Amino acid sequence: MSHPSFGRLLAGAAAIAATALVADPALAQRTKITVYTALENDQLGPYKQAFENDVKDVEIAWVRDSTGVITARFLAEKDNPRADIIWGLGASSVALFDSMKLLEPYTPKGTDTLKAAFKSPTAPMAWTGMDAWLAVICYNTVEGKKKNIPAPATWADLTKSVYKNEIVMPNPASSGTGYQQVYAWIQMMGEGPAWNYMDKVHDNVAVYTHSGSAPCVQAGKGERVIGIGFDMRGAREKTQGAPLDVILPKEGAGWDMEATAIVKGTKNMEAAKKLADWAITKQAYELYGKFYAIVGLPGMNPAPPNYPPSADAAMIKIDVAKMGQDRDRVLKEWTKRYDIKSAAK
Amino acid sequence: MTQDKSTPYLRIERLTKQFGTFTALKDISLEIFPGEFICFLGPSGCGKTTLLRAIAGLDIQTSGRIFQGGRDISALPSSQRDFGIVFQSYALFPNLTVAANVGYGLVSRGLPRVEIETRVNDLLRLVGLPDSGPKYPAQLSGGQQQRIAVARALALSPGLLLLDEPLSALDARVRAHLRVELRRLHQRLGVTTIMVTHDQEEALTMADRIVVMNHGVIEQMGSPTEVYRKPASAFVADFVGTTNFLPAVVAGPDHVRLGEINLACELSVNIGPGQDVTLAIRPEDVVVRNISPTTPNTFEARVAEIEFLGSFCRVGLAINGGDPALLADFSINAVRDLSITEGKVMPVALPPDRLRVFVRPPQAP
Amino acid sequence: MTATVTPAPGAAPGIAAAAPVIRRRLDRDDVLMRLGIALLIAWLAFTLALPLWSLLSKSFQDRDGAFVGLANYIEYFSTPALFASVFNSLEVAVLSTAIVLPLAFAYAYALTRTCMRWKGLFQALALIPILAPSLLPAISLIYLFGNQGILKELLLGGSIYGEGGIVLAQVFYCFPHALMILVAALSMADARLYEAAEVLGASRLRVFFTVTLPGAKYGVISAGFVIFTLVITDFGIAKVIGGRFNVLATDIYKQVIGQQNFEMGAVVGMVLLVPAIVAFAADRIIQRRQTALLSARAVPLDPKPAPPRDWGMFAFCGVVGGLIFGVLAMSFWASLITRWPYNLSLTLNNYAFGNFDTNGWETYWNSLTLSAWTAGVGTVVIFVGAYLLEKSRGFPVGRAIAQFMAMLPMAVPGLVLGLSYIFFFNARWNPFGFLYATLAIMVLNSITHFYTVCHLTATTALKQMDPEFEAVSASLKVSLLRTMARVTVPVCLPAIFDVSIYLFVNAMTTVSAVIFLYSTDTKLASVTIVNMDESGFTAAAAAMAMTIVFTSAAVKVAHLLITRKLEGTTQAWRRR
Repeated sequence: MSHPSFGRLLAGAAAIAATALVADPALAQRTKITVYTALENDQLGPYKQAFENDVKDVEIAWVRDSTGVITARFLAEKDNPRADIIWGLGASSVALFDSMKLLEPYTPKGTDTLKAAFKSPTAPMAWTGMDAWLAVICYNTVEGKKKNIPAPATWADLTKSVYKNEIVMPNPASSGTGYQQVYAWIQMMGEGPAWNYMDKVHDNVAVYTHSGSAPCVQAGKGERVIGIGFDMRGAREKTQGAPLDVILPKEGAGWDMEATAIVKGTKNMEAAKKLADWAITKQAYELYGKFYAIVGLPGMNPAPPNYPPSADAAMIKIDVAKMGQDRDRVLKEWTKRYDIKSAAK
Repeated sequence: MTQDKSTPYLRIERLTKQFGTFTALKDISLEIFPGEFICFLGPSGCGKTTLLRAIAGLDIQTSGRIFQGGRDISALPSSQRDFGIVFQSYALFPNLTVAANVGYGLVSRGLPRVEIETRVNDLLRLVGLPDSGPKYPAQLSGGQQQRIAVARALALSPGLLLLDEPLSALDARVRAHLRVELRRLHQRLGVTTIMVTHDQEEALTMADRIVVMNHGVIEQMGSPTEVYRKPASAFVADFVGTTNFLPAVVAGPDHVRLGEINLACELSVNIGPGQDVTLAIRPEDVVVRNISPTTPNTFEARVAEIEFLGSFCRVGLAINGGDPALLADFSINAVRDLSITEGKVMPVALPPDRLRVFVRPPQAP
Repeated sequence: MTATVTPAPGAAPGIAAAAPVIRRRLDRDDVLMRLGIALLIAWLAFTLALPLWSLLSKSFQDRDGAFVGLANYIEYFSTPALFASVFNSLEVAVLSTAIVLPLAFAYAYALTRTCMRWKGLFQALALIPILAPSLLPAISLIYLFGNQGILKELLLGGSIYGEGGIVLAQVFYCFPHALMILVAALSMADARLYEAAEVLGASRLRVFFTVTLPGAKYGVISAGFVIFTLVITDFGIAKVIGGRFNVLATDIYKQVIGQQNFEMGAVVGMVLLVPAIVAFAADRIIQRRQTALLSARAVPLDPKPAPPRDWGMFAFCGVVGGLIFGVLAMSFWASLITRWPYNLSLTLNNYAFGNFDTNGWETYWNSLTLSAWTAGVGTVVIFVGAYLLEKSRGFPVGRAIAQFMAMLPMAVPGLVLGLSYIFFFNARWNPFGFLYATLAIMVLNSITHFYTVCHLTATTALKQMDPEFEAVSASLKVSLLRTMARVTVPVCLPAIFDVSIYLFVNAMTTVSAVIFLYSTDTKLASVTIVNMDESGFTAAAAAMAMTIVFTSAAVKVAHLLITRKLEGTTQAWRRR
């Protein structure tokens, strides 16, 4: 019973009481900040270590979960915020927080050098971008060969009848990746044609998953031939031995970036600002580049293994703020068109 | 016992108990003297257990007061009253040994171990089970458990012992035996005792005084002989022992008519001629021997049926030429001497001092 | 507490009715008991009533917290995509009930009324699914019948994803719950009735329909409602294998986690509450009609051998038991496979949970901690609560309120309770807000979620005790606390163990109650299964599910051993 428990809770309460009474200067030197994040497991350690190495007086306490859960949690806590800063959460979620006035505007030092897409348009800035990931098609080569299903090269290919019941994609109503995909199609094609396109794709979709990672993983296991997912998950599956092709469609791809933003009402403003500053240093971007193919600082071309030969060029133009604003409307339409049809199956 | 036998030890004044709209006890008043053995007797639902539980403070009365040894205990919780109690189920703690059960109250008094042990042994000897201390209740027979429950109730030397149907869960033989035992125990200790029972035989054999209850009121209070011989109501006559009830009409002062038969009896003053009454007589009071023409209340009856009951016969007598209406208990001797057989017509007498006249039949409330 | 005799209001002197009303003075035990009941009410209000209230009020608010009346409900019922889930949920629940009931009845019949061989083995086998999270059968079914499933051909081109898969998995999950109730119902039988029927020359079939079935009627009804409620409130199965088939439970999750639409989540929660409460109320009303069918003089029925029936039942139980075993074995095998279906070599890598989830094995230890606390704290609270309600006198209003609240959790789905905790403990005014995102809040939630069954178990045990123990104690001037410690608790020890083991196992396996409540530090094994499955790490999810099964089974076996040992020592008095 030595794990997080009532004991720890009591100890925490006691510690708070003790600091209040004694105000030990040695303890007060290191500020602990609560960081909400959706970064992957293996990124947390290196990020924390690198930051704490450079900024000695601030300590990171991660609260990590999937994008949906962290977003839901942050919103549930909006009257009584518990996070000091967000570091590594989808920009669409962060933009949503911004539209709800839940973020503290702050322009960190050194933003001039960043790519334009990685800066929030307001001044002072509501958030800054870290890295971006691209939407991709994961194609199982073994199953494809077995079933005689060719690899798609474009988004348009997915409407072909040969893919019937072989496509899996995230449900935009429960997955941020799913929404990002749907919104990307709307941006690329225009709203009307995009719905027409999705009508056709819907006929080929076997399952809408609740998670953005699931499609590439399912494709990797051969449960389906094609998964609509994102580059990092596809690359990872391939590295681990899945018979996958990670395809970047010719039309270009939707993307989302991970962002940093200070939470309005934080009691550790100074420490939070230090992290916001550090998050856009060159060191930080080099770190991000170990995991992602696209980062916010121009001139770096990281190439993590098994990523599709990508380029910033593949990134289509997306207004992140508008993407957040349109969310309710688009999801309602999507649910009306496809959720009900699937339910009546 | 140093109590003054003439001042009541327990005084109950105008006790009423309501459960919602149902009145379980109606205005009960009662005095119990030191060292008495009292039985609350009545059918189920008559309020006898309710009264006992009110005395114990388990179900407090709605109104009315109770004094014990001069102390007003009307509103006291059980824990502040002075009594020991034995329930029908005995309520022995199943996981404690007999010794631990008996010593249960002593331990929390903080008495020294040795003293408790001595007291427990004394009590076990008193109830005749000196070697049962280390056993568990489940290892004892029902009768033995009952005696352990008594020992436990007596452990703190209470001023009042309450017994709630203590014998009803036992079979007939053990019950008869324990009746005697309990009575002896009471005579030895002299502790004021109240026992609730629905068994009239139990009440008649054990009690100094019986309180007969019905529908939340006391029907009669008196010694077993009084209750048996002079039942105050048709209900008591019916509930205690066996009684013949015969419909009759008041014919005049000290006379009633039973069909064609004119009977002399004692009438209370307020019954006028022409009124319907119920005549009651116990089977053993019907006279068949030594009847002379001068014997009052004599008439001819036909023997309709005979039931052999060992030491006596219960005979169904038809009177006024109708169906058998009168039960009579005749000794085997009488049956033999008078050659009573079915169909025989013979004179019988109902002695006037044994006839009781009630305005209401026994079933009416 | 000194004014004990007060004149009745408006009393006229000299009339019998005007006698002063006596109020019992309270002794220390009474005060203690009432204080206890007040605390119990406060506890249940805090862990159940107030959270549900905040959920209800949330469903009438917009995103900014302004009151909008029925607007959310109107939107819900005018959105066919959402509304359709109501029918889907009902359909799945009715189908599952219709399949499980006859299966479980026949199985229970075989266990209680035949001379079939290996009864003990069959009983143990059928009860194992209780130790598993509901996601396990869903995961197994995907391995068996999924697109890469080993038995895929059996579906003749059909898909396991969707309604069929949900129902199949639910059948596996609900079977033991129904079985336990039906075994209990069928164990109570009066041999004299059967003898009478036999003497009267009734055929076997006629005996079955005129004696057996009516005798077990209430058990069947109760089992039906239990299955219905389990299915309609379960979240894990629909999430894993539901495919495009939406049900209420997944809708809540989608609304809250997918779209962060708490208000609509609250509405779906309220909608989900309705069928559960209706089923619960119906069951209660019907059970109330049950009179003691079994008199104290009943002669226990001892089945006589009848080879054709016995072997027929053996075959039936063999098939059902075999299927249960197959589902469990599939998960276990899948958890040991390197890369399904391309590399079937065995590995323990899937048990290295750190590779699939940030928190890895830590979540398992969290689950153990949670279960231990839930069992520990829950048993004390629930048993003391049941004791107070069963043994205290007076204070009828307080007891009625507490009794009602103790029965309510049965009708509240875990997801709904979990969601209501978010709202309640996150409210700015709540001084207990510090509990939010701690293990403590999940302990509270789990205790509340499983309160009713435990409360009923404890109450039944207490009812079997002589009601006069407390009166005897009072007459012997012994405090209730002492009697509780020396008599009540020792006598009820087997029931107390049952309660704690129930809490432990359920806290290990529950998903729905805690899915909204965990945080990074306190993530649970069962939640990790959901997350790993969601991310496609199905083998790791199966591995974690099996780890939970093994843990629960070990705890259960330990429980049996301890109980046996207890019977040898502290329960010696039970032997004659």
